Amino acid sequence: MQTLLHAVEGYMYPNEVELQWSILIVLYPYITGLVAGAFILASLERVFKVDAVKPTYRLALLIALAFLLVAPLPLQLHLGHPERSFEMYTTPHKSSAMAMFGFVYLWYLMIVLLMEIWLDYRKDIVEWAESGTGVKKLIYRILTLGNRNVSPAALRVDDKVGWVITLIGIPSAFLLHGYVGFIFGSIKANPWWSTPLMPVVFIFSAMVSGIAAVLLLYMVVSKLKGMKIDMRCVDTIGQYLLYAFIIDFSLEMLDLIHRIYEADESLRALDFMVHTKLYFSQVILQIFIGTMIPIALLGLTQMVKFAEGTRKIIYSVAGSITMVSILAMRWNVVIGGQLFSKSFLGYTSYKMEFATREGLLPAVALLLLPFLILWVLVKLLPPWPKTEAA
Amino acid sequence: MKDFLRSTEHLSRVVLLLALGIIAFLLIRRAVIPADFGKYGHFRPGSLADISARPIKFAGREACEACHSDQVEAKSKGKHANIGCEACHGALAKHTEDPASVVPELPNTAVLCVKCHEANAAKPKGFPQVVSADHSSGVPCNTCHKPHNPKISGD
Amino acid sequence: MEMTRREMLRNSGKFILLTSAAATAWEFVLAGKAEASPNYDMTKHWWSMIIDVDKCIGCGNCVRACATENDVPEGYFRTWIERYHLEDWHTDHPEVDSPNGGFDGFPDNHKEGKNFFIPKICNHCADSPCTQVCPVGATFVTPDGVVLVDEKYCLGCRYCIQACPYGCRFLNPKKNTAEKCTLCYHRITKGLTTACCEACPTSARVLADLKNPKDPVHEFLRTHSVQVLKPHMATGAKVFYKNLDGAVR
Repeated sequence: MQTLLHAVEGYMYPNEVELQWSILIVLYPYITGLVAGAFILASLERVFKVDAVKPTYRLALLIALAFLLVAPLPLQLHLGHPERSFEMYTTPHKSSAMAMFGFVYLWYLMIVLLMEIWLDYRKDIVEWAESGTGVKKLIYRILTLGNRNVSPAALRVDDKVGWVITLIGIPSAFLLHGYVGFIFGSIKANPWWSTPLMPVVFIFSAMVSGIAAVLLLYMVVSKLKGMKIDMRCVDTIGQYLLYAFIIDFSLEMLDLIHRIYEADESLRALDFMVHTKLYFSQVILQIFIGTMIPIALLGLTQMVKFAEGTRKIIYSVAGSITMVSILAMRWNVVIGGQLFSKSFLGYTSYKMEFATREGLLPAVALLLLPFLILWVLVKLLPPWPKTEAA
Repeated sequence: MKDFLRSTEHLSRVVLLLALGIIAFLLIRRAVIPADFGKYGHFRPGSLADISARPIKFAGREACEACHSDQVEAKSKGKHANIGCEACHGALAKHTEDPASVVPELPNTAVLCVKCHEANAAKPKGFPQVVSADHSSGVPCNTCHKPHNPKISGD
Repeated sequence: MEMTRREMLRNSGKFILLTSAAATAWEFVLAGKAEASPNYDMTKHWWSMIIDVDKCIGCGNCVRACATENDVPEGYFRTWIERYHLEDWHTDHPEVDSPNGGFDGFPDNHKEGKNFFIPKICNHCADSPCTQVCPVGATFVTPDGVVLVDEKYCLGCRYCIQACPYGCRFLNPKKNTAEKCTLCYHRITKGLTTACCEACPTSARVLADLKNPKDPVHEFLRTHSVQVLKPHMATGAKVFYKNLDGAVR
């Protein structure tokens, strides 16, 4: 704590000098954002009948599941007493947005995501339970829940119920990620966070990151499996990425313009912060590199007809930049909100450590873990069993 | 009807699993929530007792009067009348519990008095303050001033 | 495994009985003791504080006393003092400092112009934004108007610290729970005053009980101009400052 005092410029209330919410709290909305975004892409096919993106349907669900399983981990690492986190289930405080986390998470995991995956894969699971060997066979047998009925009637039931679940899943996904935006947006004490736009901005940037994640992973996984990439699919995903990005960018610009115009007591302090401490992460990384370049690239593909190879490169570059840009956006919101004093008279710095509970090392590990889980899931529940066999 | 049941039986298994889960959750919840939680508001009433049981370090000025009435009397006549004893003598609850064995050290006036009376541009103008280096050149304040009633008679 | 119906009924009965008994016994284990102190009736008090800015000399006695009374960890503050320096009419740009929270007093800044000290403390808000956001009920407003933290229940999520507009909360690095001024609840429920008010040599800080008709606070509020910090936040702050300058943040 004492070492941080050297990093204070101007005046901060003494208890404000140390940041409370670290890189782990930057990760959490990033991860749930990917879950929500990937799920929305999957629902495009299921509910809105956008046929073109069908090849990514199952993969998107698995991506959502892999990230959802990791989502509580940064929170647990961050808590002063993770062993007490069950209290959110036993005595949730109804006026706190954070209290709904446990229930929304469980609802989304069990009722929406797991159910939808199970219903879509059930026919294959039954088949694998019969034809498989060893541990995998046991896993499939458990997953069948003891019922091997895959008659056309049963499958029709699965399809209908799956459709309803996807439909419910869309607002559920918005809730799963939107409540995080509300957690920030509803804090009147912090003018960088307090805005009704916050949940909306979070949701749209989540969709951007989730769609980009599915786009990238579809291309990577196809390449690894030696499968041909369906160009009609990635072209359509690219379009949706562009639309989502334009809406997201417009919302963020609206917030900015509104702030500058109203010029309330916080503006001078926040403006100074954006021009100094957040200059690289916000102006350069999030806005210029992270938003303008992907929008320009994706916009270009809509106006000029590029060759297949060129389009793949454009999507890869735009997608990768997007993944970094949305992480930067979470950083700018979470860390940015704690760099300035609530007295509007001073600034502090974020000293991220390396190998401590809330340091860079666990953060990187938590970012890599979903990919490991995804690898296991793709092995256990192959998204394209027929084409892979061929 | 039988066909419908047969083709939805797998869903019934899911519903059953969920129901078992919810029942288990409700049972565990009942066992784990602290007694009386919510009695006065959304919190554990036991914490009021926990917080109230914290040890007291400052006895409070009324406690001193019982044994040290002469100092209290002297103090009441001067400008320091409204200052609590422990403001200068430190936290002394332990002394009130065991006056014989817990004997506090007398504060050193060379360091104590300047905490309030060293001149400072931000102090209220009417408040008695001196630049101690000029005023006493490092001589302890109680050389001339009695701390309980600091007025020098004949002034 | 084959089991007769009688055996199954008997086993189920035993299971249900034992589980209920265990659950009930566990509740007794968790049951708290009687609240607060005997002879103290929470419903008869509504605690607040008066701070007379003109009387504060920035000696730091309050900060030191609080740290002693409440074992406040070094570098963190349940109460602190700010020094303001204002050049002329520039209330927009006060120069503020708080060296170690005022724990060791203030070295003279030798500045002409307007200077004053402002003691800061948890405002024990009646509509407190910090208790609103606690996900589990670990921080709360008592029936007698004190905002407290249950350190056995707090998760250390720090949402309350983010929600406080006044910066009065911190995370205790040893206990990993949120912590802040308790208005010396353990003292005021026994008829004593808070450590900071006890230690203040000029009576700049005075504990007040708004529900006590004999408390001098009623006369004080009637005859003086008082303000709260950040009134636009509508927190129902209960620490009343006499003569609070508009430049104070």
